[in-house]
Amino acid sequence: MLRVCWKGANAAARNCLCGKVPVHPLQHCRRYTSAGNSGSAAGKIVAASILTVGGGLGGTILYAKWDPKFRANVEKSVPYSDQLFEMALGPPPPPFIPMQKKPVKAEPLQISSVSEASKDSKQPKAKSKAKEKQPEPAPVDPKPAVEEAPALPPQTIEEASAEAAHIISAMSEVQSVPAPGTSNEAVPAESEAQTSTVAAEECHECASHEPAVKERPGEEVAARLAQQDKAEQDALAALSFNLEDTLGFSAKLTLQAIGAQEAALTAIGTHTHRLREAMDSEDPPDKKSAQWRELEDALSERTRAVDQAGQSLLQAKEQLEKLRVVINGAKESKIEAARPQILAAEENLHSMIVDLDKVVTKVQAAQTEAKIVSQYSELVNEAKVQFQKELSSITPEVQANWKGLTGKLSADDLNSLIAHAHRRIDQLNRELAEQRVREQIRIEAALEQQKHEHQRAVDSAVDKAIQHNHEQLRLEQEKKMQEVREVMEAEMRTQLRRQAAAHTDHLRDVLKVQEQELREEAQEALSSKMMEQETQHRRLAQEQLDSFTLDMNSAYARLKGMEEAIDSHVVAEEEARKAHQLWLSVEALNYTLKTAAADAPTEPLEGAVRTIKESCAENEFAQALATALPDESLTRGVYSEASLRARFYGVRRLARRVALIDETRNSLYQYFLSYLQSILLFEKEQEAPPTKLAAQDLDTFKLLAYATYSIERGDLELAAKFVNQLHGESRRVAQDWLKEARLTLETKQVVSLLSAYANAVGLGTTQAP
Amino acid sequence: MSEKELGQKWDRCLADAAIKVGAGLGLGIVFSVVFFKRRTFPIAFGTGTGLGMAYSNCQNDLRSPYLVHSNATKEQ
Repeated sequence: MLRVCWKGANAAARNCLCGKVPVHPLQHCRRYTSAGNSGSAAGKIVAASILTVGGGLGGTILYAKWDPKFRANVEKSVPYSDQLFEMALGPPPPPFIPMQKKPVKAEPLQISSVSEASKDSKQPKAKSKAKEKQPEPAPVDPKPAVEEAPALPPQTIEEASAEAAHIISAMSEVQSVPAPGTSNEAVPAESEAQTSTVAAEECHECASHEPAVKERPGEEVAARLAQQDKAEQDALAALSFNLEDTLGFSAKLTLQAIGAQEAALTAIGTHTHRLREAMDSEDPPDKKSAQWRELEDALSERTRAVDQAGQSLLQAKEQLEKLRVVINGAKESKIEAARPQILAAEENLHSMIVDLDKVVTKVQAAQTEAKIVSQYSELVNEAKVQFQKELSSITPEVQANWKGLTGKLSADDLNSLIAHAHRRIDQLNRELAEQRVREQIRIEAALEQQKHEHQRAVDSAVDKAIQHNHEQLRLEQEKKMQEVREVMEAEMRTQLRRQAAAHTDHLRDVLKVQEQELREEAQEALSSKMMEQETQHRRLAQEQLDSFTLDMNSAYARLKGMEEAIDSHVVAEEEARKAHQLWLSVEALNYTLKTAAADAPTEPLEGAVRTIKESCAENEFAQALATALPDESLTRGVYSEASLRARFYGVRRLARRVALIDETRNSLYQYFLSYLQSILLFEKEQEAPPTKLAAQDLDTFKLLAYATYSIERGDLELAAKFVNQLHGESRRVAQDWLKEARLTLETKQVVSLLSAYANAVGLGTTQAP
Repeated sequence: MSEKELGQKWDRCLADAAIKVGAGLGLGIVFSVVFFKRRTFPIAFGTGTGLGMAYSNCQNDLRSPYLVHSNATKEQ
């Protein structure tokens, strides 16, 4: 069987092996043959997979290139994709941080941006400061802020100064002193604008920072304010001094110039007048010469005056320029209080300039008039000379001053003169006509010229007037502004005062509240601290007390311990004594028990018991025991066992005799019968009692036998028990004996207990050495 | 001493019997002599009576502890 299996297994194995062997080449062939087919399929598969993978990668890379978020996602999710991306696309684009709002950059600004910046600087400041303020970008500064107030005024001052500079440059004929403000101030205007914008920016930044920065302490602020005030005052003083100085000087010079100009004017006027006079008058030659001399004088004077005027004008203009510079400097110093002074100075300047110009125009007019007059006079002179020449040519003998000639002339002379005169008249008429024609043209030309000049003059005058007006308006505006500013300042002050009042009220209230709170806090803190301190103090005190108490307690305890030890010693000794005494008394009691004579009871145990009671007054057990003694024993004493034993026999005899007598049978006859029974009944005197009493053992004789046996063995208790089982008369007869036996037994028991107790106590109290 | 009681009782009994018999005898004798002309029946009668009385007394005396009194039952 096994072999068959074995063979089968072998066959199967061999079959498998053989099966495999021929298969292999087939498989190989199959593989070779299918390689071609599968090769192409595999190649297709491989190619397709490569294509897919490549396409996926390329698409991912392209999309990552386009969308950085996608790139980040892919880098996060796919481990080494970040390296691939870096290789393919370069480092990732920087993360997109939203541009924060930067403060206004310091670009080359125009006035509007500056004003905007100043407005901006105002607004956050307004917001950060008390909320009662209306963020009015009013032209007037809403608060006496020190930092950015100058931001705006410098701007207006800039504009004003620039305008004034322009005006001055336009106004002044003397271009030799061009208003230095024009070109210079264009640059400083810008730089100033820039500085002001920087200041504004700083202010803006300050404003933006200020909410972050803590408020400077009041003292510091006050100190700073005081310092600033002082500086202002100093600067103001210096400025005003400077201003006044220059103003005075310039006024003086201006007046001088004006005076000079007027002098020149008068000189010109006189000169012209004289000239005209000289022209018109037909004075005799000597007067004429005088006149001419006078005229020359006047002319020289005029030229002198004009020169002087020109010089003084130059000086005045210089000084005015200086004044203007000073004023600009004062304006730049940005001191509020100096503004009216500056304004006044400006006004003065303006008025001086205006006056100067007026005078200058007057002088110019006078000069033109003088020119005209001189020209006229020249012409007239020329004509006169010409006429004189002609006349002299015609009438050579007649010299100058032909007017005086009346009688000297002959008729020929007269005729020639008249002919000359006629000829002259014709000539003159012709000349006149010519002249008229030429005059017309000339007049037209002159008109044209005049028009032009007039136009120019008008233009210049208009310009000057415009500028003057402008300046005037500006000054007025400035004045008005100043007034308005003052009014506003006053109002502002009142409002501020009001606000300050409100603020003080509010502060007061808040301070009150704060005070309350702080007081409460302080109170709380104080009370808590006090409580703490108190508790600490109490704790310490308690600790002290506790420690002291502890010490005391320990000492006391020790003392107590010692006392207790002593007491316990005493007590122990007492106990020992007592025990001893008890034992002694119990021994006495025992002894008294032994004093029982035959048939006589013991001595009354009372004395011994009394001693016992006395000896163990506090011992409840002993007391109980002592009290448990029956009174009879105390008073009468108890019988000894021996006596009881002796007595028992008698009782026994008697009980035997009356064994039959009980309640039912108690006649004399029964008595006789029981006697008879007792005589005739023989039984063992002593019979060992069984352990268990059966019913038949309750027979008198049996009982008595048991009792006898027990009593002979000294077991009074058992005997008493048996005797207790007697019935009837036997019982009655044995009653006394039983009682006595009980008594004795009781006493003996108690005494034995007491002695045992005394022994025990004695043992307990005796201390082993 | 309960055991002595019986003896005492017996003593009393005997004494009583003696007395009673004696008294009865005497009275019998007297009666016989006096009233009944020296017949003997009164002597016997007297002695008997005396003896009877003594027997009864003795019995009563001996029974006395077992007797239940009516008042006791009533009290109970």
